[in-house]
Amino acid sequence: MDKGKFVERVFFLLALSSISSLVIITIFIFEEGLPLILHTGLKDFIFSTHWAPTKGYFGIGAMIVSSILVTLGAMVLGVPLGLACAIVLAEFSSERLRRLLKPTLELLAGIPSVVYGFLGVIWLVPLIRDHLGGPGLSLLAAAVILGIMILPTVISISIDALTAVPDVYRDGSIALGATEWQTVRRVVLPAASSGIITAIILGMGRAVGETMAVIMVAGNALKIPSSILDPVRTLTSNIALELGYAAGRHREALFATGIVLFIIIMILNFSATIITRRR
Amino acid sequence: MDLAVRTRKWLRLGSLFLLCLALLPGLGGCQRGSKSGGQALCIAGSTSVQPFAEKLAEVYMHQHPGMRIDVQGGGSSAGIFAAQQGAANLGASSRELVAAEKNLHEISIAWDGIAVIVHPSNPLNNLSLQQLRQLFQGKITNWQALGLPPHAIDLITREEGSGTREAFEHLVMGKTLITPAALVQDSNGAVREIVAGDPYSLGYISAGLVDERVKAVAIDGVMPTRENIKNQKYKLVRRFLLVSREPPAGECKAFVDFILSPQGQGLLEAEGLVGVK
Repeated sequence: MDKGKFVERVFFLLALSSISSLVIITIFIFEEGLPLILHTGLKDFIFSTHWAPTKGYFGIGAMIVSSILVTLGAMVLGVPLGLACAIVLAEFSSERLRRLLKPTLELLAGIPSVVYGFLGVIWLVPLIRDHLGGPGLSLLAAAVILGIMILPTVISISIDALTAVPDVYRDGSIALGATEWQTVRRVVLPAASSGIITAIILGMGRAVGETMAVIMVAGNALKIPSSILDPVRTLTSNIALELGYAAGRHREALFATGIVLFIIIMILNFSATIITRRR
Repeated sequence: MDLAVRTRKWLRLGSLFLLCLALLPGLGGCQRGSKSGGQALCIAGSTSVQPFAEKLAEVYMHQHPGMRIDVQGGGSSAGIFAAQQGAANLGASSRELVAAEKNLHEISIAWDGIAVIVHPSNPLNNLSLQQLRQLFQGKITNWQALGLPPHAIDLITREEGSGTREAFEHLVMGKTLITPAALVQDSNGAVREIVAGDPYSLGYISAGLVDERVKAVAIDGVMPTRENIKNQKYKLVRRFLLVSREPPAGECKAFVDFILSPQGQGLLEAEGLVGVK
């Protein structure tokens, strides 16, 4: 056996081991969580809003709604900001400025989420409490923090999508007498749309999956919120909050929450993949 | 051997190994301890006692290398049952024994008091147990109902599975439930942090962890001081017990003696409990 073949095989095995860990994690989550879903029934588990696991009530409806609301809030704040940033960097700025700003923005992704959460607690939460009312720990606080956290994902993938649009498109449009803005809006953005949608979906995945920062600023109450100033609990927070001393059915219920989360993330990632492939 | 076969073999071995890794946390507990040879003790029971028992076991094992103490949760009743069956050397309980369980030997190790706290600027000094229950049932939602200037109350509770919450439910709520509108935090420290920052909040924490940034409120006119907790004048108090089938002997006795020694009691006090000595 020559050396090249051998190295190739070693790498093949290493690659397989990383995939098998994904498979094992999947099996493990389902094995631990499915018994509870079968026990309470899928309908009751997903649609009931009564969560008192130590007393036998396992409804995660309120948390699903809260997760969706927090994610939508983060999208409303993060997507326009991120997209505007990406357009400016990709289309309207000099190469030098881009080389300075893009790494700076990507640095945002390297900040640990607990730091975002901490900033949220000591700065954003009192601000909301004093000026808007409510306890401060709220849907709004979580959405703002997540909106900032998804920026690097949205921006860097959008920039890649925009720069992938061939220059002949731009030249052609300019030659037809369109202004630069018209070119971006009518030609470049539509041409890059699938990449931008992918960026938004991956940003969504990041927002749904974020845990630490959300636990710290969202207040974690079990009610379906009636205003953006109400505290909320997301699916991820639920798992992390209660994992510590959960036993028996309660522990299974947390794994079952993980299954729901897992499926949501899978759907988001698959749709991102499909949209990218279609291009 | 042909390459495909060998690859398959390695794959099988590899995934078996990973599977073992993944399953390890699921096993553990008492069996693992007793199989590893040497001296092993098993303590099972109340999840409220668990973090304190873990702390004690950690320090004890550090001082006695070769000694192994496994601490498991499962709840007070499960712990008492395990002690009765002899499945655990010691059962941990955060409730008193009922008549049918009185054949067990009980050792009280600490008192756990729960203090209701508000922001220092809050003029509230006293709550009745009844008012406290109504607050956490979600029936009182405005400070006005307690004779203070009108403002919504920011209620803070602990997560399901927390020992402090379990005790609070047992001592205050009875059969009723804590309102889902309450904010939830996952540690005494986090509750204290929020109450210290929010003038309209009310929460509960272990009595030993009250500091100058928050104000403890008297319940039915009794403040949660060490003395009031020890002599049980204060209402929100429970006893932490260890129970066993036989009077503790040998290694078991040594560990119990350690818990009741000044060092063991000091450890418990540092974690927010009130010692029995």
